[in-house]
Amino acid sequence: MRFLTDIGQYFIMLKNIFKRMTKASVLRNLIFKEVDDLIISSLGIVIFLSFFIGAVITIQTALNLNNPIIPKSLIAFTARQSIILEFAPTFMSIIIAGKVGSFITSSIGTMRVTEQIDALEVMGINSINYLVFPKIIAMLLYPFVICISMFVGIAGAYLAGVMGGYIGPEQFLQGLQDDFIPFHLVYAFIKTIFFSFILATVPAYHGYYMKGGALEVGQASTTSFVWTSVVLIITNYILTQLLLS
Amino acid sequence: MIKVNDLKKSFNGEEILKGLNTEFYNGKTNLIIGQSGAGKTVFLKCLLGLIIPTEGTIEYNGTAYSTLEPEQQRELRKKMGMVFQGSALFDSMNIEENVMFPLRMFTKKTKEERLKRVNEVLERVNLENVNKKFPSEISGGMQKRVAIARAIVNKPNFLFCDEPNSGLDPQTAIVIDNLIQEITKENDITTVINTHDMNSVLEIGENIVYLKKGNIEWQGSKDDIYKADNKNLTDFVYSSELFKKVRETQLKAD
Repeated sequence: MRFLTDIGQYFIMLKNIFKRMTKASVLRNLIFKEVDDLIISSLGIVIFLSFFIGAVITIQTALNLNNPIIPKSLIAFTARQSIILEFAPTFMSIIIAGKVGSFITSSIGTMRVTEQIDALEVMGINSINYLVFPKIIAMLLYPFVICISMFVGIAGAYLAGVMGGYIGPEQFLQGLQDDFIPFHLVYAFIKTIFFSFILATVPAYHGYYMKGGALEVGQASTTSFVWTSVVLIITNYILTQLLLS
Repeated sequence: MIKVNDLKKSFNGEEILKGLNTEFYNGKTNLIIGQSGAGKTVFLKCLLGLIIPTEGTIEYNGTAYSTLEPEQQRELRKKMGMVFQGSALFDSMNIEENVMFPLRMFTKKTKEERLKRVNEVLERVNLENVNKKFPSEISGGMQKRVAIARAIVNKPNFLFCDEPNSGLDPQTAIVIDNLIQEITKENDITTVINTHDMNSVLEIGENIVYLKKGNIEWQGSKDDIYKADNKNLTDFVYSSELFKKVRETQLKAD
């Protein structure tokens, strides 16, 4: 029954995020800081992972396609579809849930433990708005991160495929364009927008409502990662069913 | 002045505050004392408006908090300053930004005006050349002074302190006590301090409220406390051998 209480409390928190807005000049600075903490600082790991996962997808596809009837361009086609439809939007989001989500939970949780949230409330500030709203706005840039992930992933796939001798450059470019459905990109970015909201709010919920001390901050971060991943996967399923079926 | 009328608070059917009636005066250091579990923190949170009482009212300069609209309650909150037990300074901000925070949130002062006021209050709490340091880079005593500076920067009418001396050495604790008392008198504000520190009680206790199991057992000043015939109170305040001797000396002197 505990998770039902959590779901109800989460939606009450969502409602409260948009009440009693913090002063605009203060919010602006907070948003810039969150963009730096959540978006810019994630670019390194996103680029690194995307490049090598793109490369591995190509190698594995190439090694499993040894039938001479199947054209080599299918390797690039498979890499493109895997990266655009699932790897970049969904699995990168789960990785980001570990990095950004844990950061959000632990930073808000520490503020709870050290009474900084009480200090905001005593001053008459809507602490949920002050802490969570800038994160939601900053995460609106998350689709750009995923865009970079797609680009770097395909670049990794190209380099691994061509330099590893699995596929020629022309064949790769041909495969990359074969049966391209622009709506797949729209689908990927619609998912990403939903995911960015989940990545900002679910970890914030776990940090904001945590009780206890330093040990509980660590536990809240772990719980937050698990629940963010669960919500991402379920949302991914629902959106895929709605948008692609 | 803060007037508390028949204040009750229950959690899950358990009554924590059992009908408190008291007054906290302007320009005086009002202390709430009592053993752990007596209801001090709940009482202080009720005074701060962080906990809604089950029954009873709290009047701030004649205005009952519960009769105010939410917006008016928030306006009243802006006239309250709070010093938390662990200082509760914002880790991501330096000292100057911490103290400036209430001014940025609630006033239309220019940056120069805000900075001038911040330097004034930092000077008042005897802190210099710490503006650009972060909370983690200064001592516990300095953090407490910064917390006091942040609490008074917006010229509050009410100042609340939760265990302001916890974790401080006795010498620094007395400095902090005296600072709070001086600020209270200078600005003629109502200061309420929640404390376990018997040094504070005997040093700055002008109006002491002793809580036991959710009831006010005794109320008076530091000058009355050694003469008090309430056994629970005297056992609590004069629990150490040193304080017992202090009391005996005071009684003999009378």
